[in-house]
Amino acid sequence: MGKTLFDKLWERHVIAGKEGEPQLLYVDLHLIHEVTSPQAFEGLREAGRSVRCPERTFATMDHNVPTKDIFHITDLIAKKQMEALRDNCAEFQVTLCDNGSDRQGIVHMVGPETGLTQPGKVIVCGDSHTATHGAFGALAFGIGTSEVEHVFATQTIWQSKPKNMGVHIHGKVAKGVYAKDIILALIANYGVDFGVGYAVEFFGETISQLSMEERMSICNMAIEGGAKMGMMAPDQKTYDYLYGREYAPENMGAAIENWRTLPTDEDAVYDQMIELNAEELVPYVTWGTNPEMGIPVTAAFPKSKDLNDERAYQYMGLAPGNKFSDIELGYVFIGSCTNGRLSDLEEAARMIKGKKVKAGITAMVVPGSRPVRKAAERAGLDKIFEAAGFEWREPGCSMCLGMNPDQVPEGVHCASTSNRNFEGRQGKGARTHLCSPAMAAAAAVTGTFVDIREGEWLNGSLKNS
Amino acid sequence: MEALKIHKGKTVPLLNNNIDTDQIIPKAFLKRIEKTGFGEFLFDEWRYLPDRSLNPEFILNQPEYSEATILIAGDNFGCGSSREHAAWALTDYRFKVVIAGSFGDIFYMNATKNGLLPIVLQPEECHALAGLPAAEQVTIDLPNQQVISSLGYYYFEIDPTWKEKLVNGLDDIDLTLALADKIREYESKIPQYLIK
Repeated sequence: MGKTLFDKLWERHVIAGKEGEPQLLYVDLHLIHEVTSPQAFEGLREAGRSVRCPERTFATMDHNVPTKDIFHITDLIAKKQMEALRDNCAEFQVTLCDNGSDRQGIVHMVGPETGLTQPGKVIVCGDSHTATHGAFGALAFGIGTSEVEHVFATQTIWQSKPKNMGVHIHGKVAKGVYAKDIILALIANYGVDFGVGYAVEFFGETISQLSMEERMSICNMAIEGGAKMGMMAPDQKTYDYLYGREYAPENMGAAIENWRTLPTDEDAVYDQMIELNAEELVPYVTWGTNPEMGIPVTAAFPKSKDLNDERAYQYMGLAPGNKFSDIELGYVFIGSCTNGRLSDLEEAARMIKGKKVKAGITAMVVPGSRPVRKAAERAGLDKIFEAAGFEWREPGCSMCLGMNPDQVPEGVHCASTSNRNFEGRQGKGARTHLCSPAMAAAAAVTGTFVDIREGEWLNGSLKNS
Repeated sequence: MEALKIHKGKTVPLLNNNIDTDQIIPKAFLKRIEKTGFGEFLFDEWRYLPDRSLNPEFILNQPEYSEATILIAGDNFGCGSSREHAAWALTDYRFKVVIAGSFGDIFYMNATKNGLLPIVLQPEECHALAGLPAAEQVTIDLPNQQVISSLGYYYFEIDPTWKEKLVNGLDDIDLTLALADKIREYESKIPQYLIK
């Protein structure tokens, strides 16, 4: 019987341990950031250990970075945490994309942009959105700080092999519908825990048609469906993306030959299969406090089916039967490791070109990385956003989780291109609605949610035109 | 890591499904560079009123649950962010065991690395345990994989490797470093063209 992409990635990395028991996997790339690494470095120091492979370890600052003036950090505890990363990287000889450097950005942007993220690798990071890198045909997953310390000391990690799920996505998406809508719809249909205990592979004609950036948006949110590992087979688009990047293999021909053996064999069988018809998809928005509480933008909010729903309605200040067009937005956030890439900003800019952000709305664009920010400026996107009344910020995680000063005030509704609408995620009492960048941009202009498949908005949408 | 074999303690129910790690420890408290002191901020947005006084409505603040060391939760406990601060906050608060219908995969691993025992039981078993009087002492027998209460014996599954590490309080890194030869051997076989 054939093997799946996941089986192949797993087998290639097993160092010790029997099948059916936890196995020791080799880690090809360890990405770190300021929030989940300090205690791990401290653990090394206490035990007198070193980082085994500094050349396979790569650090960025992203969670705490201010986006207005990146060198003016007013939060002294955050500043101390960032300084700790700087000191730790110097002490343990780890390369750091420091604040303000040309490569700086969200950790899940930096990996692909530098070419460190490659097919066939095991990639770990103390961050749950690490499955983003799975879009390249890598086995990438988030780990805790104890595991970060373990990887530092040994370049390996113990894992129980999860079961394998295939997610078949078929059909061409309609104009105005994006990768973000695919993953939001998938989670709305199958729940926030469909992937618990599974490594998930997304495949099908829809995935093949997507760009690398769109593929990353989908793998990025695998964890919101409970799967810590999400992946897609590498193909020509993957290889084309990697060519010429700083850390891409010098002998790309040999590497590609190796990577071509990775995709799932035709006769391979998944432990579980689910599917989604992308052709029927419409723009999705979340009404509640976890990512499965998402519905088509045109639908009325569902009946409350349990205590969790009741609690969500209460927190969001909404009621069953309300519609998205009833919501008065106060904030719009375009950015994050889900939707902070160049194509995301292009789509958003196309929607708002020549228009104005509605009075009273705070709207901001936070590019996911400095290369994205620079590329967007070269294309003049910053001017389009600023002319419309958006703030054009420095790169970082920003308002996706509000660890820096970028927070949504209590009780205020925010259209956000990020990945989590949990209670308090964007600020204490903040009311988050997840959606695509084009949907968020249009919402900034109208002050509420609109269906971008209609009227003037439809012509603004670049995608699939 | 502290070893965990038999634990006797009182329970507190918090049966919401999908309690995410942002709820367990909000991001405002992730900026510390130590592993200690997170218990004060456990379930912070539920536990405190705006003036930082304790919210009397929240179950952990009710006097009869003031000694609870076993948390009974719904499904998918610890979903979301990978922050190990969630496990640190639970143990620092005094929890030794979390019983739930299921756990977020990353949280589950983080718990086992910190001597916090995650137990998966059937939803109906979780609900039955949640109905126990606050004063009842429940016994968690890890070697025999049982939750023992006035309701009887509930058996739970746990991977033998994680169990052994918890029972003996073993340090993962020492165990792995003993396999250094195998790691070196693996590294020597990585094709050069995959390393720039």
